[in-house]
Amino acid sequence: MADPVLQVAGLRAGYGLAEVLFGVELHLSRGEVAALMGRNGAGKSTTLKAIMGLLPPRGGSVRFAGEEIAGWAPFRIARRGLGYVPEDRRVFTELTVAENLEVGRRPAPPGHPAWTPERLFEVFPNLAEMRHRRAAAMSGGEQQMLTIARTLMGNPEAVLLDEPSEGLAPVIVELMAEAVLRMKQEGIAVLVSEQNLDFAAAVADRALILEKGTVRWQGSIAALEADEDVRRAYLTV
Amino acid sequence: MTLLAVDRLTKRFGGVLAAKDVSFALNVGEMLAIIGPNGAGKSTTFNMVGGQLRPDGGRVTLAGQDVTGLPPRQVCRLGVGRTFQVAQTFLSFTVLGNVQMALIAHHRQTRRLLANAAAMHREAALALLDRVGMAAQAARPVGELAYGDVKRVELAIALAAAPRLLLMDEPTAGMAPAERAALMALVAGIARQEGIGVLFTEHDMDAVFAHADRILVLVRGEIIARGTPEEVRADPEVQRVYLGHSGTRAAARARRAADG
Amino acid sequence: MEWDFLLVQALSGLASASSLFVMASGLTIVFGVTRIVNFAHGSFYMLGAYVAVTIVPWLLEFDRSPWLFFAGVLASALAVGALGVVMEVMLLRRIYRVPELFQLLATFGVVLIVQDLVLLAWGPVDIPGPRAPGLRHGVYIFDQRFPAYELFLIFVGPAVLALLWLLMRHTRFGVLIRAATQDREMVGALGVNQAMLFTGTLFLGAALAGLGGALQIPRISANPQMDLSVITDAFVVTVIGGMGSVPGAFLAALLIGQLQAFGVLVFPKITLVLVFLLMAAVLVVKPWGLLGKPETAAGRTVLPEGILDPRPLDLAGKVLAALALAAVLALPLLDAYAVKVGTEVLVLALAAFSLNFLVGNGGIVSFGHAAYFGLGAYGAGLLVTKAGLPMEPALVAAPVAGGAFAALFGFFVVRLSGIYLAMLTLAFAQIAYAVVFQWVEVTGGDNGLVGVWPSRWAASREVYHYLTAAVTVAAIILLRRVIHAPFGATLRAARDSAPRADAIGVDVRRHRWLGFTLAGAAAGLAGGLYAFSKGSIDPTLLGIPLSVDFLSMILLGGIQSVLGAVAGATVFHAVKDFFMPLTDHWRLFLGLSIIAMVLVFPRGLAGAWTELQRFYARVHRLFTALRKWAERQP
Repeated sequence: MADPVLQVAGLRAGYGLAEVLFGVELHLSRGEVAALMGRNGAGKSTTLKAIMGLLPPRGGSVRFAGEEIAGWAPFRIARRGLGYVPEDRRVFTELTVAENLEVGRRPAPPGHPAWTPERLFEVFPNLAEMRHRRAAAMSGGEQQMLTIARTLMGNPEAVLLDEPSEGLAPVIVELMAEAVLRMKQEGIAVLVSEQNLDFAAAVADRALILEKGTVRWQGSIAALEADEDVRRAYLTV
Repeated sequence: MTLLAVDRLTKRFGGVLAAKDVSFALNVGEMLAIIGPNGAGKSTTFNMVGGQLRPDGGRVTLAGQDVTGLPPRQVCRLGVGRTFQVAQTFLSFTVLGNVQMALIAHHRQTRRLLANAAAMHREAALALLDRVGMAAQAARPVGELAYGDVKRVELAIALAAAPRLLLMDEPTAGMAPAERAALMALVAGIARQEGIGVLFTEHDMDAVFAHADRILVLVRGEIIARGTPEEVRADPEVQRVYLGHSGTRAAARARRAADG
Repeated sequence: MEWDFLLVQALSGLASASSLFVMASGLTIVFGVTRIVNFAHGSFYMLGAYVAVTIVPWLLEFDRSPWLFFAGVLASALAVGALGVVMEVMLLRRIYRVPELFQLLATFGVVLIVQDLVLLAWGPVDIPGPRAPGLRHGVYIFDQRFPAYELFLIFVGPAVLALLWLLMRHTRFGVLIRAATQDREMVGALGVNQAMLFTGTLFLGAALAGLGGALQIPRISANPQMDLSVITDAFVVTVIGGMGSVPGAFLAALLIGQLQAFGVLVFPKITLVLVFLLMAAVLVVKPWGLLGKPETAAGRTVLPEGILDPRPLDLAGKVLAALALAAVLALPLLDAYAVKVGTEVLVLALAAFSLNFLVGNGGIVSFGHAAYFGLGAYGAGLLVTKAGLPMEPALVAAPVAGGAFAALFGFFVVRLSGIYLAMLTLAFAQIAYAVVFQWVEVTGGDNGLVGVWPSRWAASREVYHYLTAAVTVAAIILLRRVIHAPFGATLRAARDSAPRADAIGVDVRRHRWLGFTLAGAAAGLAGGLYAFSKGSIDPTLLGIPLSVDFLSMILLGGIQSVLGAVAGATVFHAVKDFFMPLTDHWRLFLGLSIIAMVLVFPRGLAGAWTELQRFYARVHRLFTALRKWAERQP
């Protein structure tokens, strides 16, 4: 494997008495897009939350850019260069687009060009027009764009993207796919949790399938598309 | 026979027109889907029918009776059950207790001070749970169930009021593909069997194009297309503003599956 | 009336509005970010005044210049801000995730601690402050003299508003505060150190409270009662203005200032009732306050903190209940003092049970339950002392009085939920308290009324004990039955998911209103029984401290347990009765205990019992497994 930016080993996590993750093993190479797939309740969102520190890991190791980050507070992980885009959007609806971006702003690592609102508006042209609009007055698709832009303002090396296509109209889903590919162009590694195989196939190089809290299968997207048995066993499509 | 008639419903939020002259009718036993991009006014329209929002203009008629602007509990009393985008159940109750509670409310016994609630309507509640395939789990706390099962319990709760119309806001949101198909098949079966009309919003093209009898497409608060799944799928305007390539493909796939 | 007089009246209304706003803005900002209603905000205000009356005179010794006066006021505000930081670091950051009831109680614990510490440091005597150099004169507005300092105060409010606006809109700190007000976790995931942000917010909020207190010293002497009186005003302002909204607080402060300034002219004695009417009118039209945002009624995804699925008593429960009953009946075999304490425990148990009917079963966190207890006591007491009626009809009147006021206040209360509801119950309770306190002709004011004695047949301590036992046990059994009945289940259902309850045809608001009234009536009955056991009544029966006692009892008993409230009342009262005579610092002790309870013991006695059972079951399983393993060995 080529130079992993994120390396997760034996990750365990859960809510209250319920254990959800039983030793998740995965890695993400620099600049690649990997899709974390699996049924509802398989632990996709939980994995991303546990990596991000939003849910304290109960065991295992999370190494990011050569450093052990398991047990860190989310803000420290974010400052280290790991971005997180939550499911169900969660923009700050009372703030304007520009203010939402301001919340996400962090200095860029030395030698990297920093994301600025202007650069982001080139990527997401429809956000530029509504710069001073409150996020509450935006459509769901526009809000989803804003959550990605907001995370990019932190100049991350890698981004965890949770269910970006859930609850969006098909045309908006296509825009989301373009946004993910654009991140990849910029050299950002992306781990995207996704149930929709079409979407995963459009953006990802590699797929990992999670089932009952552990990674059961991994391989290229092409291999997944070719292997009906795996799809039937884990994805029920 | 027309069950629900919606006539020129209009709603404004601040300066934004969330629904403009939305009109449609729904027949007994029919499944009608509303689709459209996020923020197109689907939920607004839906909530005006269910009583959660009061329309600025227009009328909602249920089996000939004007229900415009009535609060949800009265809309419910007139025979409208509903399910929510994020399933709403009574988390501290058992599965059985949830349905018993709905039956107590349906029989207007909520103000009884001395009866033992746990002993009321047990048989009827179990029968309802049986219909949605949840009778075996009746004694479990609903908070312990998998999400797909919570959605089934929610359906049983909605059916407890013996509704003539079911309003389902994104019934398959948050569910796995296999669970989605099973839930939609269950709903369709109950609707046809008992002549219940179902109005639902949905982003899952498989659910919409496989199960809806008719589809409305809402964009920026206005209906831009309506018709059978086949007609809507073939509509170039719908493909452009909503379905895109992937949606059109998914719709075609769902139609093939439904026909085959 | 001359119009120049009216102008001066309006100006003095503006001056008090300014003070109110400075105080309330801090409360509303802290609430917005941390979602904690900080009871100790009034304590910060009081500390601001005490620090100022200490350091400002010292500074003025050097030079009697206005600059040193204001430097002293600012220094006091900053010092109090630093205390806010201490409170955030030591207490608040440990309780951001606990249910709001526990947060309110914990910050009230701080109120109690600060009260005793202030008494220790500054003594019980009021301390007058110096007047502001350069602003001691009067200004003539037409023919009316108006104090220059008041005129100065008028400008402080808008100045603070403008500065806060600049801070919130044009600094990164302000943008982050507004973002955190909406979604704290997301702010953290974007790389913002929440701990620093929250600490900064507490500094700002406490400093504003301290500034409010320090600015008052030329007008009011620093005194140990300032905290609770001002926190009520601040709550009323934030409820009317909309919680979390700084401009809303400004608007509400202006309204209340003018209402009080002119209300005094029309109804000199009952300006409080006018405030009540204003609050009622605003809440009917805008339940979330003038500029407040509705709380998003998202459905629950976690189990509610409270009674889950009530079951019939198991064997252990039956045995415990029987033992308790036997103890109640056997008490008169002990000494008279035990009987007195036993009677009080019974009364408090009913009051606590009725509160847990609301809190544990209905998710309706009432922070002013003593109001209905006290109004029941006054209802009964007034009938006996003023109308000359005997005990029996007075005891019937007690629940009627408690229930009637609960119905009146509850009509508004049930329009809200969560922390907003708690604030409103508290504001109503304080208004009831203040009316009883001030309406001396009828209520006897601070001194209360004496001569509330039982009828002759029940005059002996023992007979009255049995009477109390019969009534309270019957009421508790009845309320418990209601919890198991459809009505109780409906309240739990509405607590779990109001949208779902609405969609199955339940009129949620009406059911909660009836529940609130029923609980108020039960508390009123307890209050009536209490009045006859003491022979007297006074305003403390309606006060915040008693409301907090009730809450401590149900917290101690465990709000998720149906009968825990009874155990909680017993233990709480026994401990209080034992310790209070032994110490001068009961409040310090109680405050620390409440905080300890919230931090280490959040599920109460019943929770500890379940934990113990679980532990026992685990040990038992382990033991069984070991034995099986041993049997398999050759």
